[in-house]
Amino acid sequence: MNTTDNATNVYRRVGQDLWTFLLSELKPKGKMLTPFNIISAPIILLGLILIVLRFTKGLGATTNLNQEFPWGIWIGFDVVTGVAFAAGAYLVTFMVYVLRMEKYHAIVRATVLNGFLAYVFYAGALTLDLGRPWKIINPIIGNSFGVSSVLFLVAWHFLLYMMAQFIEFSPAVAEWLGLKKLRKVLGSLTVGAVVFGICLSMLHQSGLGALFLLAPAKIHPLWYTEYIPVLFIVSSVFAGMSIVIIEGTISHRVFHHQISAEHHAKHMDIMVGLSRLAAAALFVYFFMKILVLVHGMHWDELLTPMGYLYLLEMIGFVVLPFVIFVMGAKNRNRKLLLSGAVITAVGIIFNRLNVSVIAFKWYAPMHYIPSWIEIVITLAVVFGEIWAFRWVVNRMPVFMESPQWVKHLDEEVGQTVPQGVVAGVNSEAAALQPVKIKK
Amino acid sequence: MKTTRRKFLQFTGVAAGATMLLGPNNAFGVAVTRDSSQQYAMLHDTTRCIGCQACERACCEKNGFPAPETEPEIGHERVTSPEALTVVNAKLTGKTTSVFCKTQCMHCDQPACVSACLVNAMYKTAEGPVIWKEDKCMGCRYCMIACPYDVPKFEYGSINPRIRKCVMCYDRLQEGKIPACAEACPQEAILFGKRGDLLDIARKRIYDHPSTYIRHIYGENEVGGTNMLYLASVPFEQLGFRTDLGTTPYPEYTKTFLYSVPLALLLAPAFMLGLRQATKGKNDKD
Repeated sequence: MNTTDNATNVYRRVGQDLWTFLLSELKPKGKMLTPFNIISAPIILLGLILIVLRFTKGLGATTNLNQEFPWGIWIGFDVVTGVAFAAGAYLVTFMVYVLRMEKYHAIVRATVLNGFLAYVFYAGALTLDLGRPWKIINPIIGNSFGVSSVLFLVAWHFLLYMMAQFIEFSPAVAEWLGLKKLRKVLGSLTVGAVVFGICLSMLHQSGLGALFLLAPAKIHPLWYTEYIPVLFIVSSVFAGMSIVIIEGTISHRVFHHQISAEHHAKHMDIMVGLSRLAAAALFVYFFMKILVLVHGMHWDELLTPMGYLYLLEMIGFVVLPFVIFVMGAKNRNRKLLLSGAVITAVGIIFNRLNVSVIAFKWYAPMHYIPSWIEIVITLAVVFGEIWAFRWVVNRMPVFMESPQWVKHLDEEVGQTVPQGVVAGVNSEAAALQPVKIKK
Repeated sequence: MKTTRRKFLQFTGVAAGATMLLGPNNAFGVAVTRDSSQQYAMLHDTTRCIGCQACERACCEKNGFPAPETEPEIGHERVTSPEALTVVNAKLTGKTTSVFCKTQCMHCDQPACVSACLVNAMYKTAEGPVIWKEDKCMGCRYCMIACPYDVPKFEYGSINPRIRKCVMCYDRLQEGKIPACAEACPQEAILFGKRGDLLDIARKRIYDHPSTYIRHIYGENEVGGTNMLYLASVPFEQLGFRTDLGTTPYPEYTKTFLYSVPLALLLAPAFMLGLRQATKGKNDKD
């Protein structure tokens, strides 16, 4: 399919009324009865009903949280794991805008969009867990700054980082709506937003781990260490990479027709590069975990039930994916890379749940197990995020080529703002590289 | 190059501004050691407690809760709840008779819950009690995660839930009265007073009756010291106390991380803009 034709047709044309265009964009695109929709739609619907139930009946009636276990999977999975999964955005923008690794330019928009939506949905799910969500504004305004709290830092960073990510993605929105002047302004903000966003990311990725520093007597000694923040930030690297690989592989199948031939050809290179990075991070992480274990002197704990969980995490979800990534990158095997990414992602869920839920009060006789309502709402949040991602991808230049006028605009200002996928047919110099100015 | 320098200055300005906004004194004030001897505190002498639950009933009456339904019983651990801010437990110990022991908020000198709270809803008053402010709390329950004694309790059944905990009858203190439980105790097992005086009394009791007491005042140094002090005739593990908490005040555990934040916000942008400059090709404009 000729993507250029496609691109000129999908976005708002010059002179077209904005509201008519927006209304027409609200209509669903693509097939309705796909297997994914048939599974996800009822779960989202049920999730919405259960959310209403949660706010009318309270947390006690809908969750298995209790006085012993105040945090469950809405924190341990939705927030703590979800944010680790969104780490791809800060890593890819770092590689592209700070290190200028142009190879990854093609995946910037999809990754940033995925990161932004992950924050909106997963961090948004935090409001479900709050007992008094109408007070959520308190840490932001007024004289209620609990500045000695790690959670205060995390809350502010969530808010600021969501804004930074939106600025990073906003040129795509402007291109979709055909707003040239706005696109010019937003494009010039990208590098600033990226640098600021990376700082925020590093601090709250580690901050989510630092939250648990306040529970030294409650978290199993194999997981509690003063280095939790460092371990969280290192593991966020392969967490983010694995999700970018999974998302990239699926997107390449699902949105096949939107992606140009050049991008298809480069895709394998990108995936191999990302897996190498993930493998390196896994190695560093493994090394650090060993150091922490040696330093902590908890050898005796290894042969207890919790010790087996620890060994499973270390061997099954750190060493194994490392080996798979290395082999997959060497043989350029798509299936190996994908399975390495899936195992890594499962391992991250396992690790984050271990720190926040499973190893938390491991000694309690009645340990928390999530209620079915908590699980369904969590699934609804995940599916909701995928739906939002698909909605945006089908409308804005994420995988599709940016409209023609963007290239002229970029030449004018000399910006190297990412374009969803750089032109298929009619571009040679511009293909797969940001537009560069020569004056 | 010009843009970079300007951006560098912008970022430095923002970072410095953020640091100023947070204010190092506010951020790390929790770690400042201060004299707590003049703060209000309570001393529970478990050798005097007879398990009559007068303190529990007084607490329930003062807070408008239903009277306690269960009694202290060996082998059955009673815990505090949103409607029972203090409970008495009976423990079988090495001694022949059972020992009774009252549980409630420990009112730490440097409380974990206060350093966990992102909205200052948990608040350490200058007088000593740790209180909770309803208008600030957003119900995140991080205080419950942080508290080493599992004191804060959450009203899970309510759609307008509150955190409930013993506040050492802070309102009564302001009226010049003493906490309801201390007033109600027929055995004088709960003494209310200044922390420094209570420590003197506790030490004197241990000195005068070395066969009655073990030489340990629980709360003197635990987690940096608490305003609730205990005396006992048997080691505190036997009374169900956690003796593995150490003497480090809980805010210390996150202090290193919080110190690194302004530093990272200041240095990382400069470092990254420098990297961006270093990786510039001859065709890149900025």
